[in-house]
Amino acid sequence: MLALGPDEIAKYPFLADAGQYLKDKGFTLEQFGTDPDLKSLIDKAFDRIEVAADGKVYKSDLIADQVSKEAALPREVFSFLLAIVLLKLSGMHTLIKRFALAEARRAEKYLERDLANISDESKKQLAIRVIDDLFSVQVKKQDDYFVIPVSDYLKHSINFHEREWKLINRHVENGHVFLTPHETVRLIRKELGTYINSKIVNAKTPQMISGFEEPVSKLVSLSKKFATSVVTTGEYPPCIKHAIDVLEKGENLPHSGRFMLATFLLSKGQTVEQIAPLFKNAPDYNERVTLYQLNHLAGTSGSGTQYSCPSCEKLKTQSLCFAIPECDNITNPLQFGKKRVQ
Amino acid sequence: MNENDIKFLEDSFKKYYFDHFDQIRVPDRTSEREFGFQKFNYGMTRHISLKDDKELHLLLMKNIPSDVYCSNACYSFPNLPMNEKDWKEADLIFDIDAKDLNLDCRINHTVSVCTECNTTSTAQKQCPKCNSTKLEKKSLPCTNCIDHSKMEVKKLVEILVDDFAIDKNNIHIYFSGNEGFHIYVYDSQFQDLGSRERSELADYILFKGVIPETFGMKKFKPNRSSFPDFAEKGWRGRFSQEVYGSKSKRSKIISELITDGYSSFQSTLEGLTERIGVKIDPNVTMDIHRIFRLPGSLNSKSGLTKTLCKDVSKFNPYIEASFLDDKIVEIMADCPVEFKLKNKKFGPYKAEKITIPTYAAVYMICKKLATIT
Ligand code: SF4
Ligand SMILES: [Zn+2]
Ligand SMILES: [Zn+2]
Repeated sequence: MLALGPDEIAKYPFLADAGQYLKDKGFTLEQFGTDPDLKSLIDKAFDRIEVAADGKVYKSDLIADQVSKEAALPREVFSFLLAIVLLKLSGMHTLIKRFALAEARRAEKYLERDLANISDESKKQLAIRVIDDLFSVQVKKQDDYFVIPVSDYLKHSINFHEREWKLINRHVENGHVFLTPHETVRLIRKELGTYINSKIVNAKTPQMISGFEEPVSKLVSLSKKFATSVVTTGEYPPCIKHAIDVLEKGENLPHSGRFMLATFLLSKGQTVEQIAPLFKNAPDYNERVTLYQLNHLAGTSGSGTQYSCPSCEKLKTQSLCFAIPECDNITNPLQFGKKRVQ
Repeated sequence: MNENDIKFLEDSFKKYYFDHFDQIRVPDRTSEREFGFQKFNYGMTRHISLKDDKELHLLLMKNIPSDVYCSNACYSFPNLPMNEKDWKEADLIFDIDAKDLNLDCRINHTVSVCTECNTTSTAQKQCPKCNSTKLEKKSLPCTNCIDHSKMEVKKLVEILVDDFAIDKNNIHIYFSGNEGFHIYVYDSQFQDLGSRERSELADYILFKGVIPETFGMKKFKPNRSSFPDFAEKGWRGRFSQEVYGSKSKRSKIISELITDGYSSFQSTLEGLTERIGVKIDPNVTMDIHRIFRLPGSLNSKSGLTKTLCKDVSKFNPYIEASFLDDKIVEIMADCPVEFKLKNKKFGPYKAEKITIPTYAAVYMICKKLATIT
């Protein structure tokens, strides 16, 4: 892991080992719930989440990437760590997602500023290392630009659908793509959000701590604002409906979800041409690629093997299952509605 | 195709694989590749794994395939069904085919075989004998076709080397055995890319999806200095050479471009796609599970060999890719256009019995323009 200075931890708190940080500073979580002097930090943490839930970026106490006051620095880190504790205690995934996204935007600004920093070489090096360590993108400085290998560029740029991100609209030379600091950071935005999200999701959930109950219950009610209602009737099983919903909203459905949906509909006798339009709203839609992939699954091209719809068990492990009582007794979404519950 | 024709083709192919096995280039990491083959009048057999070239030789002699294929991908288990193979990586491949180049010469050497009455003609829409519109088109590519394909190959190699920094030694160019070229790129930074990324690479090479801003043109207040310079690298450089023509005309032409405006610039770019984009088949490049004709094997569309081109500009497929023997055979030929093989002219033949070297007989029978008597 990277060795971080105090400034860096404040800018990129998600890189810190939370437990270790608290220990080093000589605090326990319980103290934040009880010590009246520390309690304000919980409010700060709550604010940080609330701002993120609103789709805004939390305005930090850091000014121009310098810590304004000595004391501001730990506060900055604590409020981040406490926000995670609150989120874990509330168990609200919609909030975690929004929070991760907002924190990614915040870190993005610092990364960009550090990359563009001409006076402080070490700051630039750290930003370059963060990008390499976290996203395996090797950035090199060349004149006023940052250059990255074409293959690394493509792995990230295919997530964008704006034409300016197409490789053809980029300065390509010697196997590298030339980018400004802003573009370099923008390229990994999605992964930065995913990274922070997975760090939070994978963090251990502590026992409820006294003094944390109130903000946690406030978070639970806050998250209701973002809940989507799930329809539970109709001929398709909930996993399939959910996938269709996600696509219709133009949100990103992971590869495993697309695989499930496509194989399910193909097995139901739909054609590649009927299924393809479903993916039109996906953020990374590309007609040629979609048709290629569907034909591949349908076995009409290449291998000739038709892929089958994954089992419920498999889908559960991929978090694609949204079982309802009608799902009892079935092992594959294709059986949904066929076997009756006795 | 009738029994006798198949027997004749199989005998000729078998002799080739016996005498010229050294032409075959078994790819590196043989045991990680998927092989497949077709026999005359049969479907495809896939998901075969082979240890080495000995096993390949055995397969060829035992099956006498009409066509042999090998994956550009490497797998942990090449013989398992596709979703269990465990894909590791794939060489980058490109297909350049004369039929995709919209050449004027095509009409002169495309023959129609009526699927109703088997009549051969140069008619494009309708069989002159029975008026059926069900025509199977067979092309006997000419040197113009080959020359234009070579130009595309040269453009492609230039981009691969200049823009993508690929070592020339890792680019292998093959004549496809019919009317195009297959280009392989080994050991590049692109080995582990998926199909979406490869599709993007293909668009780059095709000069597709380009926006005016990339070449300095803006909707409002375009700035002269953001237009490409003559000496620039990549597409901006190639743009300059094509659009300005010479360094001295740069300034004048930029003024014209700005006066003509944004949407006119867009159509200029579309025209450029046709002229300077490399006409590769994007579907081949993005397919990471494909099995691709094996280098050195025979192409059943022609009986010619998929041949490595050491110097593509000098390469003459109708001499260097024809390996079948000269033994004279008697055939019934119905081939309305002439063609050239091994420096000899053949045809046109109007439903006549002729005696002719094996290589030329195979060529016509493969194109369904002759049968053995
Ligand atoms: S139990 Fe099966 S059918 Fe029901 S939602 Fe889960 S995966 Fe779908
Ligand atoms: Zn006819
Ligand atoms: Zn021609």
